[in-house]
Amino acid sequence: MDSQSNKLAFNDGWQYAPAPESTDHIQIDDKYDLFIGGEFVAPEEGRYFETINPATEATLSSVAMAGDADIDRAVKAARKAYNGPWSKMKASERGKYIFRIARMLQERAREFATIESLDGGKPIRESRDIDIPLAAAHFFYYAGWADKLAYAFPGRNTRSLGVAAQIIPWNFPLLMAAWKIAPALACGNTVVLKPAETTPLTAMKLAELIQDVGLPPGVVNIVTGAGETGATMVNHPDVDKIAFTGSTSVGRIIQKSLAGTKKKYTLELGGKAANIIFEDAAIDQAVEGIVNGIFFNQGHVCCAGSRLLVQESVADEVIQKLRDRMETLIVGDPLDKNTDIGAINSAEQLDTIHSYLKIGQDEGAEMYQSSCEIPASGYWCRPTIFTGVSQSNRIVQEEIFGPVLAIQTFRTLEEGLTKANNTPYGLSGGVWTDKGAKIFKVTQAIRAGVIWANTFNKFDPTSPFGGYKESGVGREGGLHGLDAYVRVEA
Amino acid sequence: MSDAAARVPVEKTYKIYIGGKFPRTESGRFFALQDHKGAVIANICRGSRKDFRNAVVAARGAVSGWSGATAYLRGQILYRIAELLEGRHDQFVTELVLQGVSKRKAKNEVNATVDRLIYYAGWADKYQQVFSSVNPVASSHFNFSVLEPTGVVSMLAPEESGLLGLVSNIAPAIVGGNTCVVLASESMPLCAISFAEVLHASDVPGGVVNILTGFREELTTHFASHMDVNAIVYCDGDVDVATSVQIEAAENMKRVISRVDAEWVGDNGQSPYFIRDTQETKTTWHPIGG
Repeated sequence: MDSQSNKLAFNDGWQYAPAPESTDHIQIDDKYDLFIGGEFVAPEEGRYFETINPATEATLSSVAMAGDADIDRAVKAARKAYNGPWSKMKASERGKYIFRIARMLQERAREFATIESLDGGKPIRESRDIDIPLAAAHFFYYAGWADKLAYAFPGRNTRSLGVAAQIIPWNFPLLMAAWKIAPALACGNTVVLKPAETTPLTAMKLAELIQDVGLPPGVVNIVTGAGETGATMVNHPDVDKIAFTGSTSVGRIIQKSLAGTKKKYTLELGGKAANIIFEDAAIDQAVEGIVNGIFFNQGHVCCAGSRLLVQESVADEVIQKLRDRMETLIVGDPLDKNTDIGAINSAEQLDTIHSYLKIGQDEGAEMYQSSCEIPASGYWCRPTIFTGVSQSNRIVQEEIFGPVLAIQTFRTLEEGLTKANNTPYGLSGGVWTDKGAKIFKVTQAIRAGVIWANTFNKFDPTSPFGGYKESGVGREGGLHGLDAYVRVEA
Repeated sequence: MSDAAARVPVEKTYKIYIGGKFPRTESGRFFALQDHKGAVIANICRGSRKDFRNAVVAARGAVSGWSGATAYLRGQILYRIAELLEGRHDQFVTELVLQGVSKRKAKNEVNATVDRLIYYAGWADKYQQVFSSVNPVASSHFNFSVLEPTGVVSMLAPEESGLLGLVSNIAPAIVGGNTCVVLASESMPLCAISFAEVLHASDVPGGVVNILTGFREELTTHFASHMDVNAIVYCDGDVDVATSVQIEAAENMKRVISRVDAEWVGDNGQSPYFIRDTQETKTTWHPIGG
């Protein structure tokens, strides 16, 4: 059958009219100070840096560059709040504050979604339907745990840790803030949170919201800055817990710098997930799963399905259908509700992606990109696939963090599993087959913390998330996510 | 009687335990274990980095079989270890006494060790039910989280508790489907090697537990830094030791489990949370639909 002649020609004759989300309902200040002890305070050294819209390269706002003195001040505020109201508060009352945050976030969801897309470049459809609702749901979920911790640790008492220093990435800015803050507060800790350098705005809006809900001052402190700011937080002697989401290389540095201390840590690091398609899969659904796996959020996803392992007998069909589907993806204005793939988060990340595109071609792989138009200004990358790659290629072994898929084939189930497990990472994985027994075999055999069977890139507050091997230590989300924020007593 | 008195006793050669076999250290080195009066009790293998690496290969090779064994089977095998240890009670008491433990304490220690194995044998098919979950996600998916063994665990066994401390660390790791490479107490290594003989006779597959003897100071760095080890448990040492172990472990993001403050005698020396220490949580999603 000639698949070319039967394929739907989405782009011929029909154009999508622009459907932009309006921005007149949002308020972004010219300048954001540090949120410490319940107030917005100027950084001691008086330095600020700009945050831009990666889709237009226009400056959105200036945010404070926290220095060592500011971090010390934030940790002191968090300690004071911990010793003061927060650790003494009845757990059920603590929970009610967290419920308040959840409700207020739901009320302001549209504003947060729009700012998230402006500051980070992700499609409004994703920030509106995934990031912000999930962030609110996360607060709602953990709020309820605050007075029920005894049921989560059978046979043991738990204690809160104290002050948690939390460092989050730029790919899901508000959602990651929620993943970090909600369980920390529910377990009775206070926090100092640092959003990523390129995506500070929704965190600062969250600071405003936290002020509005009347959370006791110092329970949540939000400081903006760069990598050194994070290092200062990690090394601060009065911090009891480090929670970090980011690259494995930085995670390794953090684990080393915590050596010899009593600080507890959780690390959510990189991934190179295999998405395994068997010949007995529902192929069209699998193709949707591949697209969602690697092109969701521009591929800026640590658990992205960045390696496709497709059984040889269906490889040609799957790859052809994938190419056809890629042609229909719309790359462009993140605020447009039709957009499938938004802007790459930063010029720096775009450089990283481009360097991997070159590495892939230099290694002898064949690159294919969709033919879509991309805007003239801003940072963009067309959806990209590589075929003819081998297991040792860098584009198979290393995390790219962009809309770039490496495709390999396999013949037997064992070969597929061996290839799937042959990277230092173990964050997530996917399997597509209509055979139930095979699903259980494969989901058990993949050495990774989250496995999606006949689906991909699904998240929920009740569902633990985190990696095996070099993808990190500890879990976030669900009952298991509580463990990161308590000390289990003997 | 005079015949018996004239009989020359047969002394045991203490060797190391790798992959279900009892080789001597490949390095050919040994150290003399002395009692408190300075008399030599036995020559002990001074294990090397190469021995450790061989042991990791054996442990890695045993992971799929052991982690794939049913929980029921693992429980029965742990129970079997306890049975055989009980049967060799007097030998272990004798060895502990030789290493300076009072007779009364030695008897208590062996009894407690047998009981500890029974305790963990009973957990084999229960900890999963206590620590796993079905997660009520807000979409049409069936979602559940289960524990899986982290893989190969390297262990620096407690220096001051030659039998009970050793077994209190091995048992929770293997009952959860991990395999391990253990460095025995340097000053009290006898029971570790005799315990390997018990393991060997208890249907524990070769490679599931590997036991080395040797010098802490020489081997700790290798236990912490090996790239094919998933977790390290250490039970002694000051902040300098902890620091170097954690720095080296970070190279491949090992799970680092400190049991420096643990008390092995009594109920605080056993817990399903010790099992959980060397487990990973895996969460699986599947759509619900027609």
